[in-house]
Amino acid sequence: MASTLDPGAPAAQGNLKARLRRAERLRKLKAVGLVAPLALFLVIVFVLPIGSMLLNSVDNGSLRQVMPATAASLQEWDGEGLPEAATFAAFAEELRDSRRGGGLGSVGRRLNYEDSGFRGLLMRTLMGLPRESDDWRATLIDIDPAWGEGVTWRRIQAAAPPRTDRYLLASVDLERGADGEIQRVDADSRLYQAVFQRTLVIAGGVTLICLALGFPLAYLLATLPARTSNLLMILVLLPFWTSLLVRTAAWIILLQSNGLANQSLMALGLVESPLQLVFNRIGVFFAMVHILLPFMVLPLYSVMKGISPSYQRAAVSLGAHPFAAFWQVYVPQTVSGVAAGTILVFIMALGYYITPALVGGPADQMVSYYVAYYTNTTNNWGMAAALGSILLAVTLLLYLVYHRLVNRKQMIGS
Amino acid sequence: MPDNDNDAKAPLIRFAGVQKTYDGESLVVKDLNLTIAEGEFVTLLGPSGSGKTTCLMMLAGFENPTGGDIFLGEQRLNRVPPHKRNFGMVFQNYALFPHMTVEENIRYPLKTRGLPADEARRKVAEILEMIQLIEFARRRPGQLSGGQQQRVALARALVFEPQLVLMDEPLGALDKQLREQMQLEIKHLHETLGLTVVFVTHDQGEALTMSDRVAVFNDGVIQQIDTPSNLYEYPANSFVAQFIGENNTLDGVVESVEGRRCRARFGDDLTTGALLGPGLGAGQATRLSIRPERVKLDGAAKGLPNRLRARVHEFIYLGDHLRVRCALPGNDDFVARVPVDDFDPRLRPGDDVELGWRDDDVRALDAS
Ligand SMILES: Nc1ncnc2c1ncn2[C@@H]1O[C@H](COP(=O)(O)OP(=O)(O)OP(=O)(O)O)[C@@H](O)[C@H]1O
Ligand SMILES: [Mg+2]
Repeated sequence: MASTLDPGAPAAQGNLKARLRRAERLRKLKAVGLVAPLALFLVIVFVLPIGSMLLNSVDNGSLRQVMPATAASLQEWDGEGLPEAATFAAFAEELRDSRRGGGLGSVGRRLNYEDSGFRGLLMRTLMGLPRESDDWRATLIDIDPAWGEGVTWRRIQAAAPPRTDRYLLASVDLERGADGEIQRVDADSRLYQAVFQRTLVIAGGVTLICLALGFPLAYLLATLPARTSNLLMILVLLPFWTSLLVRTAAWIILLQSNGLANQSLMALGLVESPLQLVFNRIGVFFAMVHILLPFMVLPLYSVMKGISPSYQRAAVSLGAHPFAAFWQVYVPQTVSGVAAGTILVFIMALGYYITPALVGGPADQMVSYYVAYYTNTTNNWGMAAALGSILLAVTLLLYLVYHRLVNRKQMIGS
Repeated sequence: MPDNDNDAKAPLIRFAGVQKTYDGESLVVKDLNLTIAEGEFVTLLGPSGSGKTTCLMMLAGFENPTGGDIFLGEQRLNRVPPHKRNFGMVFQNYALFPHMTVEENIRYPLKTRGLPADEARRKVAEILEMIQLIEFARRRPGQLSGGQQQRVALARALVFEPQLVLMDEPLGALDKQLREQMQLEIKHLHETLGLTVVFVTHDQGEALTMSDRVAVFNDGVIQQIDTPSNLYEYPANSFVAQFIGENNTLDGVVESVEGRRCRARFGDDLTTGALLGPGLGAGQATRLSIRPERVKLDGAAKGLPNRLRARVHEFIYLGDHLRVRCALPGNDDFVARVPVDDFDPRLRPGDDVELGWRDDDVRALDAS
């Protein structure tokens, strides 16, 4: 009968599925095996450092490790008046024991961010601290009256929780006031908002200049005969073959008061006295545009190379003036190259450090300069990580906005 | 059979002694003279590199002639920039603008001409209707099939009612079936809209089916301009005979001439009657050209003036007919095309057969 099911069918089917799974598993294993080294590499050089930077930016220092009892009991305290006697006792004993255990240095550095006299206070107290005492509160206040003030303890309390937002706030010129609300820092110590703004302005300016210079250059490269364009391409890539420091130094030599640029301008009678071209914003733009231009030209070139000249011919044959054809038909097709080039240059420019440090003035230093300052000079990893995190966040945000815009533009299509 | 009275219509385009060189050393187009009448469908046919595209580009204005003139009616075109020529052009890869929709693509030439928006919209809708792509109006070219893209390219080149339409191998990228369908569609458009078309192809079948006249190019020179049937029946030289359709050749010498006809000797001591090609006289070397379907076999060959025996190499069965490959003195690949019904099934490779043909089926052409 036709309606009887073949009893072998489901079994055979299951068999088939199992075989498929086995075959697929092998293929997957191979694929994972091939990708694994790269994935591991990415985790080690990318995910881990960024993750640890993000963690560092909210890390509250080592008070919890060095003085666990103090930190615990201060976290219970409501901040009114003075902490309980037990807190005094815990603090005094842990301070005393830190003589042997060590770690006081890092606690002192962390507390100094709260008040710059704190490390001295800790040292003085440690010096005068007896081995034992019945009333640690009286003893401590006796050593230094600061211990009798609530504000001193509130400063230690601020360092007690495992996480803090003080670095992130400080990175945008904010702080927590006496009762914990967020407020702007004093006008004369505001710095970072201006630095971020300056960083964005410089990176944006460099990107626009690179686009203005790179677009015609890439167009030329994409349309010239192969021989000439290969030669030009070598010239474009030439900067890659010399060290960044050498190139930056070369700009200093070229642009300085008695450098070639100024001498030529004066010889031509265009200016009477040397222009200030270096150690200011102009120098920064010169050097950064020079270094970043290839990163604009290359993606543009690769996109333009793929655009057939017949599009423009078609537009012209349909009655468009050659300029209109270029603008209406050619340029819109380069959008993906423009997008790639500008985002590449902008993001690279955001992180620039050496070049502005060498050819810029004090008012031209970008965020990375302060990151380097905090890591190399003051060992303040919290601030360095916070500045880096904010820069990362701003970059991601801008990228998202940009991505939206470019996509919309491509969707609308003209 | 298409008639040959194009001279009666007004000439629209005239190439007068046009030459072109790209490198200053060799002429890609040598002394081109060609007149195209209004409403005519002219095809430039030739092997790769023979200068067809170059001619079309000079007509479109993207290349300048190195010598000679191109006229549009009475107007000399040489100095008119391409965007002012008002010619529609269809490119081999269609060149549809990938960032515009089908509708925007077709509207583009109307926009450049500053047509009012509603009139432009009406025209675009009309032509979309004509090419049956209304439901694809909002799609991008990348989302269309090859044939649909082809139709859009055609619509874009026609929507502004150009006085001349240029097409450079517009069907080259399509598969055979679609190509044949599009050939008919283009031909149909040409007839209904009364277009003047200059069409470039290297596919002789395409040229023969579509054109009023075909210009056969080789090496930058027009070998012959004629109607498809004349090209096939009366090729002017052996290049054309060889390039258009299938052809058997026999090398020989013209023995005697009587008016349009002649007798030619080939092989060792065989002779045949033939139609005399241009520029040939008695005693000159010639290449005889015979179409395979004009060669008769055995029974059918009886009573024909030119007969000879030949050994069969091979039979190739092709459904409605057979190709019989034989060895003749001077040509080992002589092919006769025999209808299946006329064929004697007892024949085997290695047998001898009698071949025959009429005098008028042979052309005595140049021996080059
Ligand atoms: N822009 C150019 N620069 C230099 N030489 C060219 C150029 N365009 C074409 N040529 C040369 O001119 C000759 C004719 O080219 P053309 O494109 O007209 O041939 P075609 O008949 O269209 O061939 P195809 O059927 O392959 O398209 C070729 O030898 C080609 O190499
Ligand atoms: Mg061509």
